[in-house]
Amino acid sequence: MDRHLLPRSEVVGLDVGLMSTLRTNARVVRALGARSIRQTFRRPQLMAPILVFPTLLLAIQTGGAGGAVNLPGFPPVHSFLQFMLAGAMMQSLMLAGNSGGIALAVDIEMGFTDRLFAAPIPRYTIVLGRLAGTAALGLFASLWFLAIGLVFGATIESGVPGALIAIVLVTSTAMAVGGIGAAIALRTGSASVVQGLFPLVLVVLFLSSAFFPNELMIQPAKAIAEYNPLSFVVEGVRGPIVSGVDAAELLEAVLAILGIVALGLALSVRALRHRLRVG
Amino acid sequence: MPAIVVEQLERAFDEVFAVRGVDLEVDEGEIYGFLGPNGAGKTTTVRMLTTLLLPTGGRATVAGHDVVREARAVRASIGVALQEAALDPLMTGRELIRLQATLQGLPGAEGKRRADDLLERVDLVAAADRRVGTYSGGMQRRLDLAAALVHEPRVLFLDEPTTGLDPVSRKTIWEEVRKLNDEGTTVFLTTQYLEEADRLADNVGIIDEGTIVAAGTPEALKAQIGNPHIQLQLAEGSIAKAEEACGQLGRLLPPRDARTLLVEVENGAADIPKVVRALDEAGIAIESLELVKPTLDDVFVAKTGHHLEKKVPTTSSAPANA
Repeated sequence: MDRHLLPRSEVVGLDVGLMSTLRTNARVVRALGARSIRQTFRRPQLMAPILVFPTLLLAIQTGGAGGAVNLPGFPPVHSFLQFMLAGAMMQSLMLAGNSGGIALAVDIEMGFTDRLFAAPIPRYTIVLGRLAGTAALGLFASLWFLAIGLVFGATIESGVPGALIAIVLVTSTAMAVGGIGAAIALRTGSASVVQGLFPLVLVVLFLSSAFFPNELMIQPAKAIAEYNPLSFVVEGVRGPIVSGVDAAELLEAVLAILGIVALGLALSVRALRHRLRVG
Repeated sequence: MPAIVVEQLERAFDEVFAVRGVDLEVDEGEIYGFLGPNGAGKTTTVRMLTTLLLPTGGRATVAGHDVVREARAVRASIGVALQEAALDPLMTGRELIRLQATLQGLPGAEGKRRADDLLERVDLVAAADRRVGTYSGGMQRRLDLAAALVHEPRVLFLDEPTTGLDPVSRKTIWEEVRKLNDEGTTVFLTTQYLEEADRLADNVGIIDEGTIVAAGTPEALKAQIGNPHIQLQLAEGSIAKAEEACGQLGRLLPPRDARTLLVEVENGAADIPKVVRALDEAGIAIESLELVKPTLDDVFVAKTGHHLEKKVPTTSSAPANA
């Protein structure tokens, strides 16, 4: 075969072993993740929902409904702010996932994904790159709200290990939720459709234990919140902040995250196939 | 060995065929101009050849690799600059080329070196760290071209690279394409501009309604048409009468608009007096007159019955292949 017509890897004799391939793919995911983060910070309309709205809501709720901690049946906490930190983080990561979906849909609309699809990279790296960016935003959000909590007097009962557990859970949930946002973006290719899911994100959040304890909810919201996977994640994040690490709670949170990851992955793979089929 | 081979390529969307039975072959090192009006099937063909869209029939190989079964090898061998420059307005030019280098598997240092070289090549060094959203249309196309070249592809696909550009920017792109080709890159260029295909392409394929209607070198295609034609600008409303007056003097070509009469003549300039006399006797005023040698548009008209750059249905002559 003519040398000019060989793929580059064969021409320059690159190592095509598994490790080399994984390293190359990891570089692609890192580069796409970095782009995703830059994109969010450079587009204020993507950044606002991730930090500004949850921070404002946290301030309003803590200031206006702080007395809720005295209600009979409210779990034992030092302050309403301490209780609300997990909710604010969940809101932030959910909106980060939604913003990631919007950004991917914008990429599809302006043809940027064609640039990615025409490159010799596995298609999954395109989705993983986007999710890596969303996960980084989740990490940033968890640090932001933990810092706010500490500045305004909330304590983290299980100390640094508890804070690390909360950070890991929030970061991985951001990635998991981002998978669902990415799937919807890939399926519809429309930023306005993904943006239209914004109210739904809030409904899902309010029908969990993010902002109010399950014990004080009334039916049918109580039943929905009990089985809402986000409630398990919320409790997994909240536990180390308000009391201590509970292994069963932590396990439930991890399983819930894995469930969301599986759903997001399945939907993303399906949507990616559809997009490649219809061009 | 040909760089691109396409055999009976088809793509249907539901029941509608965007591309139907396309055959073509592009030799290594040539510029192939894929010419056709909007909606003819050019972009759909390019999307299949660049692995962005699965064909529903036929087969194609690019750089020796099947576009369906060996898609990844195809992607490693090609550079692609699509119709609308697919650029992120929030990235800087340098960031975009560095990202493209990573996507093509170049190590960091090599990617940086290639980005610097390419930015210089397309004269974007001064704007390299500005966001792409602040670039002019011409700058964006040059950046898109640079990104497509980052891995030194053997085959370069350019989908309407100059559409919407001003003449100066268009000329810059043409010069760059010619230079790339001189360096050995095979170029598959789609265009709806006759001049672009005529000036750049070694071989041309003309596509209309998803089917190749003519193929060959621009000179050979124009030679098939043979005769020049007289183009007359007439007063509004006098076309029908003029067609009647000139019908016996030569073949009437489909009118481009309501005031232009095109008469194909056998003897070139020598036939002008006859035409002028006929119109004068019919009492039709001529506003302007020009003898036009065959162009690729004439080839297109002969094959399809309508003009390339502005479709006007034929009323007075049938397409040669109809």
